Amino acid sequence: MAILQLNDIRKTFHPGTVNEKRALDGITLDVDAGEFITIIGSNGAGKSTLFNAICGSFAVDAGSITLDGRDITDMPDYKRSYDIGRLFQDPMKGTAPHMTIEENMALAYCRKASKSFFAVNKKDSAYFRELLAQLDLGLEDRMKTKIGLLSGGQRQAVSLLMSTISDPKLLLLDEHTAALDPATAKKVLGITVDIVEKTKTATMMITHDIRAALELGTRTIMMDEGKIILDIKGEERAGMTVDDLLNLYSRESKKQLANDRMLFSTQKE
Amino acid sequence: MTLLILGAVQLGLIYALMAMGNYISFRILNIPDLTVDGAFALGMAVSVMTAATGHPILALGCAALAGAAAGLVTGLLQTRVGINPILAGVLTMTALYSVNLFIMDGKANQSLFGHDTVFSLVEGLGLSKNISRTVVVAVIAVLVAAALAVFFKTRPGMAIRATGDNEEMVRSSSINADASKCIGFALANACVALAGGLVCQYNQSADTGYGSGMLVVGLASVIIGEAVLGHGGVTRGLYAVLTGAVLYQLIIALALKVELLPAYGLKFVSAAIVAIALAMPKIKSSVKNILKKHGKAGV
Repeated sequence: MAILQLNDIRKTFHPGTVNEKRALDGITLDVDAGEFITIIGSNGAGKSTLFNAICGSFAVDAGSITLDGRDITDMPDYKRSYDIGRLFQDPMKGTAPHMTIEENMALAYCRKASKSFFAVNKKDSAYFRELLAQLDLGLEDRMKTKIGLLSGGQRQAVSLLMSTISDPKLLLLDEHTAALDPATAKKVLGITVDIVEKTKTATMMITHDIRAALELGTRTIMMDEGKIILDIKGEERAGMTVDDLLNLYSRESKKQLANDRMLFSTQKE
Repeated sequence: MTLLILGAVQLGLIYALMAMGNYISFRILNIPDLTVDGAFALGMAVSVMTAATGHPILALGCAALAGAAAGLVTGLLQTRVGINPILAGVLTMTALYSVNLFIMDGKANQSLFGHDTVFSLVEGLGLSKNISRTVVVAVIAVLVAAALAVFFKTRPGMAIRATGDNEEMVRSSSINADASKCIGFALANACVALAGGLVCQYNQSADTGYGSGMLVVGLASVIIGEAVLGHGGVTRGLYAVLTGAVLYQLIIALALKVELLPAYGLKFVSAAIVAIALAMPKIKSSVKNILKKHGKAGV
């Protein structure tokens, strides 16, 4: 059954001006429960815009968005976020720096937390401690530390826990490892896969690493100029190599992939 | 001299309430709120008119409610209509000037002489004037600080703190950032107006012009408190503000006593304290750079 249904979503920024930009041009997509979709495409293809549309950062011009059978097209962003966990590229975006690890997690835990008077309480904290211990970063002993004092990778790992702690129906990862050093990125990606596999949350992940896009997850879609130009899963995807994908991109978008970042990241580290 | 110090402590404890309001908007929500000047005078106006009918305790409650309403207006102007936060505060403050005059029957001054105040009520219990005054303001200031400290540990309170700390995160979590801001501003200005209401009963008079410059006085208190007790969690911050407000009034009282400056120099000094304190990080790094350069040149 589809958890998320996008039906012909359209969005044009600055319509009627010289800066007119058709950011989403008729996106139709069904995301099934338990699916882990990787999304690739050059800069400006509309990947992040798609996430913004799903999260309600702006109202779409046309089309409808359905999450778990409920039409959320006109729902304000903060209400949608009950069911959608989201992670950004910038590790600073996902956490409140002047609040402690514990307080940040308590904030994220609002939906399932105990009905206690204080937001931080013993029972929830014990659970947070358990979750943090699974990260294997030693953070479980630093729960009273302000999050601003952690490294980018640590912050991103905590953000990841926070965005999945309330069992969202959908998890959106917007290049969440791109700002981290390679070793940390690998670690955070590993944690991501663990969490997604364990919680079976339907997940969409934007990445510039084509290799990772093919290796991780169950389905890969490619976007260009606001459209989905490729959507592969199952056997077709299993047999796909990075070169195949690049060739497909050139054929579908009728242009060479001229994005240094994308090309670089296809090379072995 | 003892009286001078006692008077300064009493005023400091009252102004601490206002400074806590400033702390909520300036430090917790991270938005300077210019409603304060108007909200302070609003608290005075509401307090004087209500107390004059013979209900001094009710007067304080009404003052706080009126302040909350003023803060809510500023919050709505920012979040619903999208007006720049500074301008939203200025607009509310300006409008309040007329509102305050309206409340005070069109008169710029109102006296409370001959009417009961919360202070005279406590005095009626058999305490001396100075003791009753100190007890009343100390109890109210500590209670409000404690209540705020508790509130900012509850879920709505944490939501407000998070909104000021990282609005983007709050928007992508399930917290209504706009509502958090509105509640924060309402709470902040309720504190400010409560302080205004108390000052009015303390002085037994209200003046529509009394509020001007209060924002700066409050910020100076916040900054002095943080300089003494340091930055920390919200609870520590609130008590730092309380200490800062008392210290500020003591400094001012002493400066006036030794005639270091004329009474009209007060606002200048307050503004200078705030400007210097806010400039401190920049000054420190410049001095460091200069020292570094000279150090290298020396080698």
